[in-house]
Amino acid sequence: MDRRLISVIVLNEHGVLSRIVGLFSGRGYNIDSLTVAPIPESEFSRVSIVTSGDERAFEQIIKQLYKLIPVYKIIEADEFVDKELVLVKIPLAENLSGLDAVLKSYNGSIANSDDKHLIIMASDDSVRIDNFIKTMKKYSPTDIVRSGSVIIEVRE
Amino acid sequence: MAKLNGSQMIMQALKAEGVEVVFGYPGGAALNIFDETYKQKDFKVVLTRHEQACAHAADGYARASGKVGVCIVTSGPGFTNTITGIATAYMDSIPLVIISGQVANSLIGTDAFQEIDAIGISRPCVKHNFLVKTIEELPRVLKEAFYIARSGRPGPVHIDIPKDISAAIGDFEYPDEISIKTYKPTYKGNAKQIKKIVELISESKKPLLYLGGGVISSGASDLVRELVEFSGIPALETLMALGVLRSDDELNLAMVGMHGKYATNMAMSESDLIIALGARFDDRVTGKLSEFAKSAKIVHVDIDPSSISKIVTADYPVVGDVKTVLEDMMPRIKELVKKENYKEWRESIKRYNSIHPLKFEDSDDVLKPQWVIKESAKIVNSDDAIIVTDVGQHQMWVAQFYPFNKPRTLLTSGGLGTMGYGLPAALGAGFASSSHVINFNGDGGFLMNVQELQTLAENDIPVITIILNNRFLGMVRQWQTLFYDERYSSTDLDNKQPDFVKLAEAFGGFGYRVNTKDEFRNALKFALSQKKFSIIDVRVDRFENVVPMVPAGGALYNMILK
Repeated sequence: MDRRLISVIVLNEHGVLSRIVGLFSGRGYNIDSLTVAPIPESEFSRVSIVTSGDERAFEQIIKQLYKLIPVYKIIEADEFVDKELVLVKIPLAENLSGLDAVLKSYNGSIANSDDKHLIIMASDDSVRIDNFIKTMKKYSPTDIVRSGSVIIEVRE
Repeated sequence: MAKLNGSQMIMQALKAEGVEVVFGYPGGAALNIFDETYKQKDFKVVLTRHEQACAHAADGYARASGKVGVCIVTSGPGFTNTITGIATAYMDSIPLVIISGQVANSLIGTDAFQEIDAIGISRPCVKHNFLVKTIEELPRVLKEAFYIARSGRPGPVHIDIPKDISAAIGDFEYPDEISIKTYKPTYKGNAKQIKKIVELISESKKPLLYLGGGVISSGASDLVRELVEFSGIPALETLMALGVLRSDDELNLAMVGMHGKYATNMAMSESDLIIALGARFDDRVTGKLSEFAKSAKIVHVDIDPSSISKIVTADYPVVGDVKTVLEDMMPRIKELVKKENYKEWRESIKRYNSIHPLKFEDSDDVLKPQWVIKESAKIVNSDDAIIVTDVGQHQMWVAQFYPFNKPRTLLTSGGLGTMGYGLPAALGAGFASSSHVINFNGDGGFLMNVQELQTLAENDIPVITIILNNRFLGMVRQWQTLFYDERYSSTDLDNKQPDFVKLAEAFGGFGYRVNTKDEFRNALKFALSQKKFSIIDVRVDRFENVVPMVPAGGALYNMILK
């Protein structure tokens, strides 16, 4: 089961996301992650979908997505820049030695702090986010929130 | 620019779209709309007695006329009742516009009385749907709904209209043209691919045309007839395509699939080139996929790209409208394809036909359903008669034994297999055509929408329902006989039926109970001469099975023959 990335450009209209999600659930396809936001200065939104399946299932997904009336374009590029965001909340009471080095190596930063917690932020591809989360475990995080992939094709 | 309220806008749109008849059932959230239908005279409003029947009637009307069927229902239960009818139309690609009332915008999401997420419910079984949030968008939404329903691969489109929108006043200008940036169906096939396909046909030894319902909906039946006649290529039809070719055409191999003819299924299994036109390789057609048409290259022409290679991988896909593609193909076919090339192939199919022709064992002691169907065709004696079926054994016998000679003369629920479809669809057909409408029904399915006898009576629609009454849910019983050691769980209806004759009379029609051939002939002849609806309750052999039969999941060439 290969990991597949698709960008779907859709009209910004009522219920469009549930049409897409409904298509996946109704036909038994997986969505591994889904992110969506309007495209600036346009009537469209970009939906970034990470899914998995064999070539045949993937081809059907593309065709079925095209069948949805508000779908304008589907981008299946050979190469995407694929980034996820993760937020990790760690207690200040923990021993934070080495945290700086970890943040540096993952291009992470501190997004927020108060008298009890630090909130750490990192953005990277899916595998490196996995690793980052593993590394952060030693700081006994109280909460981890991970976004879906945001993807953009490398070439037009 | 005219100022109209939302309900008046709906009336204007229906008028502009040339709608002749609307099937409906009123209720609180749709009252504004029904109030307007009361005032206008441009189309007929037919009150069905159940919302499911309302959608089936609009579907029957659409199938018989080739136009868009329209129904109007209310919110909540009114809408949920229509879902089976909408899903039936969706599976068979029938153009419908379904307008439902919804609670007012201010109440949406509050679990208001008769509120349901209609858009959420209809989404998986419509081509598209709209929840109208402002009066400004209503004219555009109405225009888009009709356009989407009838263009490309046709299908049902649902518009949910909150009560405040059907009352709100706004500017009305109905668009003449529509262009939806994100929806551009492909009608014209790829020229290179078409050229290649014709070459392939000319080189093949055992080509076969595999005709689906898309041939009828694209209006390509005449072209297909021309193609078959010119090329001498044998053609087989799915249930949805019956009537594309004349039943007496030697090259018409008739229905394929689970209950298809022996010769037809064998031809499919032996062909070296299958040219699928508007057909979708349904599992009831293919049987066991790994054994399906193993020696054939597959050409697949379909307007819906997602149908191509969904089940069977197409070697030569063409996305396009069947009619447009055939128009492009014909000149090249006339250059390259030679009828005599396929003589041997035609002969071998003929031999198969003579080994196991489609037949049944007739009897004078008990009426055989197949005899009733064949005899009905003789008595009705009209290519224009519209034959409707419900779902089950009788449906397959009609498909096997009724001689269809014209497209749009068989109305049947193919994809969804909806029991209860027959009577309301026949009602709809009665508004589309002045020809005789004959509804073959099973005794089980007939009771699923029996209330529509009242609608027939009220509108003087003389539908003749022939109940092939075996006092069983026959097709389920057949499977129980063959695969469940004759355990007839919940299928035996003996002594559990109403008196169908009295039922017909109670609703204001004619009823006949027949046990012999003569009684049947007399009853049907009398019914055909009447202007009221009739029910002919035909007591047929209880244990007759539909054969040939390919057991579910079996290879197409392995048929149970008796």
